[in-house]
This record gives sequence, structure tokens and C-alpha cells, in this order.
Amino acid sequence: MLLLIKYTLLYGIVLMLVALGGMFSEHSGVINIALEGIMVIGGLAGVLVVAALPAGTSPAILVALAILVAAAAGMVYALLLAFASIHLKADQTVGGTALNMLATAIAIILAKNFNGSTSAKISYTNKAFLFNIGGLELSVFIPLGLVLLIVSYVVMYKTRFGLRLRACGEHPQAANSVGISVYTMRYCGVLISGLLGGIGGLAYVIPSVQTWNFEVGVAGTGFLALAVMIFGQWKPINIFGAAMFFAVFKSLANIADSTILAQLGWSNNIYNMMPFIASMVILAFTSKNSMAPKAEGIPYDKSSR
Amino acid sequence: MAEDFVIEMQHITKEFPGIKANDDITLQLRRGEVHALLGENGAGKSTLMSVLFGLYQPEKGIIKKDGKEVRIKDPNDANDLGIGMVHQHFKLVECFSVLDNIMLGVEPCKGGFLQKDVARKKVVALSEKYGLRVDPDALVSEISVGMQQRVEILKMLYRDNEILIFDEPTAVLTPQEIEELMEIMRGFKKEGKSILFITHKLNEIMEVADRCTVLRKGKGIGTVNIADTTKEELSRMMVGRDVQFEVEKVPAKPGEVVLDIQDMVVPSKVHKNNAVKGVSFQVRQGEIVCLAGIEGNGQTELIYGLTGLEKITGGKVLFQGKDITHATIRERSKSGMSHIPEDRHKHGLVLDYTLEKNMVLQRYWEPEFQHNGFIRRDAVRRYSDRLIREYDVRSSQGSETIVRGMSGGNQQKAIIAREIDRDPKLLVAVQPTRGLDVGAIENVHKQIVAQRDAGKAVLLVSLELDEVMNLSDRILVMYEGEIVGEFDPRTTTVQELGLYMAGAKKQQGVQ
Repeated sequence: MLLLIKYTLLYGIVLMLVALGGMFSEHSGVINIALEGIMVIGGLAGVLVVAALPAGTSPAILVALAILVAAAAGMVYALLLAFASIHLKADQTVGGTALNMLATAIAIILAKNFNGSTSAKISYTNKAFLFNIGGLELSVFIPLGLVLLIVSYVVMYKTRFGLRLRACGEHPQAANSVGISVYTMRYCGVLISGLLGGIGGLAYVIPSVQTWNFEVGVAGTGFLALAVMIFGQWKPINIFGAAMFFAVFKSLANIADSTILAQLGWSNNIYNMMPFIASMVILAFTSKNSMAPKAEGIPYDKSSR
Repeated sequence: MAEDFVIEMQHITKEFPGIKANDDITLQLRRGEVHALLGENGAGKSTLMSVLFGLYQPEKGIIKKDGKEVRIKDPNDANDLGIGMVHQHFKLVECFSVLDNIMLGVEPCKGGFLQKDVARKKVVALSEKYGLRVDPDALVSEISVGMQQRVEILKMLYRDNEILIFDEPTAVLTPQEIEELMEIMRGFKKEGKSILFITHKLNEIMEVADRCTVLRKGKGIGTVNIADTTKEELSRMMVGRDVQFEVEKVPAKPGEVVLDIQDMVVPSKVHKNNAVKGVSFQVRQGEIVCLAGIEGNGQTELIYGLTGLEKITGGKVLFQGKDITHATIRERSKSGMSHIPEDRHKHGLVLDYTLEKNMVLQRYWEPEFQHNGFIRRDAVRRYSDRLIREYDVRSSQGSETIVRGMSGGNQQKAIIAREIDRDPKLLVAVQPTRGLDVGAIENVHKQIVAQRDAGKAVLLVSLELDEVMNLSDRILVMYEGEIVGEFDPRTTTVQELGLYMAGAKKQQGVQ
């Protein structure tokens, strides 16, 4: 049972962080398909920091530095998407897909370079990121994620910034007509998604294992986060719930062999499929009332009517 | 300069690719007046106002506020100068509350956090002071168009704007709401606010405006005092020639029955009852039958049922003697039914296609326009060019224009050209002159009468009683999904129709 909670929290927080990132981007009006790539870049940058720092570095500094670098790397990478889709008015889906492909390639090259060999595996110690509560081993990303969730909620619904950001994703012409710079707000939205996506990438890679092969990227977690965001109807609290829902099933697959569930004799694949099947069913019934920002995916052009 | 001008726009020129939208226009707004800006569709009214509001930068010309030259680079600058605007297409975020929409852009804040209570107090105070009834907590998507407009007006008042621009504010309102708006505008005038009122409805100008500046094809024609002018003179200035308000037509010679609707029932999308409750009527060759009524009494649904946009749940539709109750839209169109739809953006045009593609939307599969499944682009172009020429559809790049960028009036002209040129047996025209100026209305009316005289059956749906009285040979009044009366326009009055439209009277045995 403890194991189930542990895996659920670890994985759920990752999904939530990245989905929150997607939420900020989409509320500003930019579809962020590149979350997968942003996670890879953020994860790689953070892992490189951990692996490169000397063994004697104090844990607090190590953790803070790795997270900051992961966030910064995610933002820089997201900036590419922002530039293409806001400045150049490129198709956001195409731009995002390109960035996803590019990210894994970059990660492999950098990882091989770092190793000085043909292997893209990087080893590191993750002790500094973990702590225990009553026998439950957790990572620092869990409290951090919960703080960021609350901050996201407050920013989105209680601040001027959030109100304006959402206006840009719903009706950019209206926002512009009351003097809000749609371009600036969209850059902000995408950059925040880079920040959260980068941290999410690190949170995915670090806690569970001590070596990571960057040839697999982040194994589709970024796309899963997009599903979480949709399932969570672009709202922070709902996204948290959706992320945990997905994570429970994912974790069931992880622990099924070692618990009474093993007696059912089900294949792991069945557990792995569950969240997707459930979400498809739920989405099929709820998609009519989709709360997607209306103007997302449409490049904003001042002169169009 | 003894006169007290609050805003002066001098020699404004603004060009777009292929078109000079404003050509050396001068407009002077006195303090505390209602100043109408009159012009046909595409005359450059909206462009001029967008320049004043900072949405466009003019190539030439200057703007003066209180006699001092100012630069208006964006809506923020306009707002700082006290200029506010109610746009023709409302700029409201639908999933936001009324309150959020009003304060958006000028939110009261403490350390970045919203202070909604402060905003709410101000909004409630303003709405009471000016009699602008709104519910601050309602979502914009759930309130009526009239209330949305009040929200837009409150947006300007919330910003303490002194110069209020109304861009075609009455196009979307019911007669009662228009009356209310006129009253509100008079109230603003008393407060000393200056109003710029863009419109092409002459009656409204005569009723509420002090002065009027007329534009035609991007040029300023002149400014007149309303007290010294007439409707006829204004329309002559606007169109450049005399306009007939009355349609000339000879008595109808009804022939065979073309359309026979029997006990039609259509369910409603908004409520559980049926929107059309067993309606029967006929339309004959060579007559114009008009369905009159207040918006939302089932006219829209009846037309949907007739044209195939919606399935009917009861009754029959006979077209030229054939039962087409379950026919597809294309079958109906092929058998000679033309449809000028109520919502031209939704059902009339593919906005992001070129004009020529829109012109052949119902015909691209005919041998004339395709060969082995490939579109014959030269034939399409020739056809489209001919329609553009014959029906005077104006656009910046002819057949290659993207329809979204065209003015509403010209979009409508394109639809009418397409529908009439197919030589239909029945023309269904739903509010064909909505949003059009007098010149274009005259044109549309002539086209419709010409169709009638050519022996076509015409079914017209209109909310404008002037149009109903003017154009039709027979009037059917719809009220709550039923036909409550049939009238001859020569023997009835607007007042009598009004009683039936409001449900106060009902003829026995019309159904």
C-alpha cells in the first residue's frame, strides 16, 4: 500500500506539474504540444547539473541548483515555441512537434558528449532529492509541486495577470481593445509552461532511478500531461485530480506483481491501459462542455477582423 | 477657432492593400453633441473610428484633442484621452463574468491581486446612475445581446470616458432595445459627454443626432446639421444619387403552388417545447410571401426545417408537388430551392475561402465546373468574375479576395448573387437586408421583386416592418411557433401587425 501511494504521488506530481504548464500556455492561447520536448530538455539539464557537481556539494544547494537549471532550460526551450508561434505566427502544432523531435536528438548528443562515449545513459545519485516520512520515501518535488499548484491557482484566478492571460486565450481581440498586449501575455504563458515543464522533466527522471538513458526521452509523459490537462478541463484543481487519477493506475501496473493483485493474473498492460480507457470514456461524455480556451491555436494577428 | 471641438480628426488617410479606406477625411466633434457618422458599407466609417481608437495608424493626417495634437498609438492612449468605443462585434470574453469583462485592462489591484469588491461597487453605482441594468456575476455567454451591449457601455463609463464611440450599435437590437439605447444616449449628452454614432439607419440619425458627417467610398462628403436636413438629402449624400424608400412594383400575378407546407413541427434547440407547432401555408409562383414576427417566434426553425438544416418531427413539405420532407440539402438545392440564410457567416459563406470558391459552393460538382473530379479553375474564375460584375460585389482583390476580409454588405451581395443566379424556383430570403445600408437595401429589394416578376416564388422572413409592408404580397404573422394571422399589405397597417406579432390578437381558422 505504501508503495502504491509512493508511486502515485511521484508520478502524479510530474503529470500535474507539466499539465499545469500546458494550462498556462493554452490559457494564453498557444497550444503547447512541445511539453514532451521541454520535459526532456529540463530533465537533461537538471541531471547534468547533479552529475557534474562534485560529490561534496551540500544537498540543499545541489537540489536548488538542479531545479533552477531545469526550469531555466525548459524556459529557454519554450522560448523557441513562443518565437515560432507568436512572432512568426507558425502553426503551433507543427512547431511543437518539431521541437519534440529536436529535443530527444539534442539530449542524446549532449548526453553522449558528457559521457565521452556512445552511450546516452547518465548516472547520478538522487539521495539529496529524497526524504522519509514514516517509512514513506518521497521526493522534494512533492511538496514543491503542491506549493506550485496553489500558486498556479492563485495566479490564475486571483491576480490581474491571470485574468489578462485568460482573456488572451479566450478573445485576444477583446484583450487588445482594452490595451492588453496579447503578444506579451502569450510569451509569458509559454515561458511559464517551459518553467513548469522543465521542473516536471527533472521530477520525472530523478527520483525513481539512479541512471537514465536519454534515448527514450521521457517516454510520452509530456503527451500524457496534455491528456491530464484536457481531462482536468484547463483548471488547476481539476488537473491535480486528473493527474492523481492517471497516476494511480500507472502505479498499479508497477506494483501489481508484488501484491494480492497478482492473483488476478492480469497482464501489466491492462493496468497501463486503464487510465486511458477511463479517460476516453469520460471525455466522450464530457467533451461537449469542453472548457478549452476559445482562441487557442490561432496565431493572433492585430489587423484581422 | 471659436468653436469648442473636443476631437478633431484632420485630413486622415488610411490605406490597406488594394484599397484606400480613408482618403483625406476631416471630422470635428463638438463637446456634448451626438455626432452621427453615416456611410454605406465599406465607406470607411469603421476604419476612421479604429484610427481614432488607436487600432490603426493613419498614413496621413492629425488628431487633435481639445485643440492640442495627440498621437494615439494603441487603445491605451485612446483610453488615457477619455475615448471609449462600443465595437460593432462586441469585444467581450464569453466565459468571463460581466464584472470581469468590465474591469479587464483597468483592474483595481493591490500588489497584483484583484480587488473585485472595489470594481463591483463602481459598476453597481454606474449601472444605477444610468439605468443600465446588468447582473455583474452573470457570464457573458448567458446574457442577451442587449445586455451585452450594456456591458460594453459600462466598460466605457467605468473608464470615465468622455468621448463615446458607438459602432453600429443598433444592428443587433430589437426595436425596444433600440428605443432604450436612444434614451441612454440622450442621457449621456445631458451629462456633457460627446458621442460619435456610426450607423446607416437614417431614422435613428434623425431621432437622436445633432450633426452628421457623411462618408462615401472613403471620402468625406460633408457635415450637416440634422435640424436643417432631411432623410432624402442624407441618403443622397451617402449614396450619391436619389434613393427610393418605397419599392416600385406591379400587382402580383400568383400562379401555381410551388411550396406547400403542411402541419410542420420543428423542435426547439433552446427549450423543450416545439419551436414550430404545426404550421401550414403555401407559396405560389410570382408572389412574395412574408413571414413577419418578433425574433424567436419560430421563424428561424421553420426555415431550417424547410431548407433541410434541421429535421422536422411532424408534417410534410411539398415542393413543386414532390414530397421533399426527407430530402437532403443538396437535393433541395438541386431541385430549385435557393436560400439566403439568416446568419451569413454560419450558413452562407466559408469565410476563409476566396470569393470565387464561395460562388460555386453549390455547383462545383457540375460538369461546367469540374472535369474528372478536378475543379476547372478557369471556368470558376469566369463565372465568379461575371457574378461580381453583374451584382456589383465590391472587394479588394476580386475573385481572389478572402471573404472574411470583405464588408458585411458585400458578403451579403455575394450570397444574393450566388443564390439568384442559380435561377431558382423558390427563393427563401431570411432577413436579406440585415446590416445593409439604404443603397444596398434598395438593390436587394429590387432583385427580390425582379425574381417575383420573373415568376419565381419568394418566401421572405423579415423583422423590419417597413420591409414587410413594402415588399410582400401576402403577410403571415408568426407568434410562438404558430401562424396567427394572414394579411394583405394594402389593407393592413403596421399597428395592426404589431398587435398580432405581440400575441394580443389572433385570427380564427388561419391554420
